[in-house]
Amino acid sequence: MTIETEVWWLDEHRVVSLTELVEVSGLREAELLELVSSGALPARDSPDGGLAFSARVVTLARTACRLRDDFELDTRGLAVALRLLERVRDLEGEVTRLRAHLPQR
Amino acid sequence: MKYTDYYAALGVERGASADEIKKAYRRLAQKYHPDVSKEPGAEARFKEIGEAWQTLKDPEKRAAYDELGSRPQGEEFRPPPGWGRAQGGHSDGEAFQFDNMDFADLFARFGGAAGGARAGSSRGRGGIPGQDFEVPVQISIEDAFGGTTLSLNLSMPEYDAQGVPRRVPHTVKARIAPGAVDGQRLRLPGKGGKGFNGGRDGDLYLDITLKPHALYRATGHDLYLDLPLAPWEAALGATVRVPTLAGAVNLKVPPGASSGQKLRLTGRGLPMPRGGAGDQFAVLQIVVPPANERERALYEELKKASTFNPRPWPEDQESGS
Repeated sequence: MTIETEVWWLDEHRVVSLTELVEVSGLREAELLELVSSGALPARDSPDGGLAFSARVVTLARTACRLRDDFELDTRGLAVALRLLERVRDLEGEVTRLRAHLPQR
Repeated sequence: MKYTDYYAALGVERGASADEIKKAYRRLAQKYHPDVSKEPGAEARFKEIGEAWQTLKDPEKRAAYDELGSRPQGEEFRPPPGWGRAQGGHSDGEAFQFDNMDFADLFARFGGAAGGARAGSSRGRGGIPGQDFEVPVQISIEDAFGGTTLSLNLSMPEYDAQGVPRRVPHTVKARIAPGAVDGQRLRLPGKGGKGFNGGRDGDLYLDITLKPHALYRATGHDLYLDLPLAPWEAALGATVRVPTLAGAVNLKVPPGASSGQKLRLTGRGLPMPRGGAGDQFAVLQIVVPPANERERALYEELKKASTFNPRPWPEDQESGS
């Protein structure tokens, strides 16, 4: 069976609602709100008064869900883990960028 | 199907206590969890560990697993008739079909959870949500530039009428528009495993990485390319042909260029999905060729004519001072 399908880019341009994020991440609304209030998940106000997220957050929230399930972490532990993972990713990105600047021969 | 030794996967004895199994799982999960590990093959290893944990942590599943007996890892086998009856997995006399099942799927009907697979996210509507899949995909820089259609051959679980997952081959075609970068994530809604009894279908996630390229190094939408120059091109300036993904262009190198200097080709990087493009940078490298007699003589003449000191300390400075 071959399926052709639409593709969502999980980047800054697509916005998802809190309800959608609950749906795709596997985290409960209360957990997401706690991660937002701790600063581990970036959110913005949506025009309807709720919360909106860039689609990039879907990846972060799904990572949080895996870590919660696989390590039985509570929300505070998840917040610390997510912040550290983001720092590691930022540093890895910086290393990649600096390496690209260097001549390879 | 092939037998999987779950005790060996967790590195514990068959008689291990629940606490010993939990400790072994936690130790291995910290080492191999794909979200935190850089170990080679971590993802595949964590899949084994996770499957073993999902079965052995649940008393009913563990009992059903133990009933299969101990076999060599990877041995072809079929569960014996009546297997799992004591744990309530299959009814007495039921002609259960084990075709197209993964070993881990065998335990789906025990313990109440949706098998060993990582079930999809919420919105179950009372049913079992389909499994989400994350698939790493490598594409070339040329495909990131021009876009591509990926054809992914996946074996996904679908639940039969009894709620037992069966592996069904699928080919998913996904059109990737120009502009993907290393680390780009894409979501294909509803294209993961099928849900059961009103549960939503899972999603398919693609984790894009770019294959290493012989010429270009990508960082975000920008591209870097080494541009070797002869010493006289660097000294006198030159117009050189430089490859870009959209075709070669002429690049004017100013006189007095230095190694490591970067010249920007604006808008010649990877396209951005919603318009615009990154830049391409030519990283200058001065290459000194082997000199013949005539060239050596010219270098000697240049040496005599020049007062240039490339080092940031005086020529007559003594070592160590």
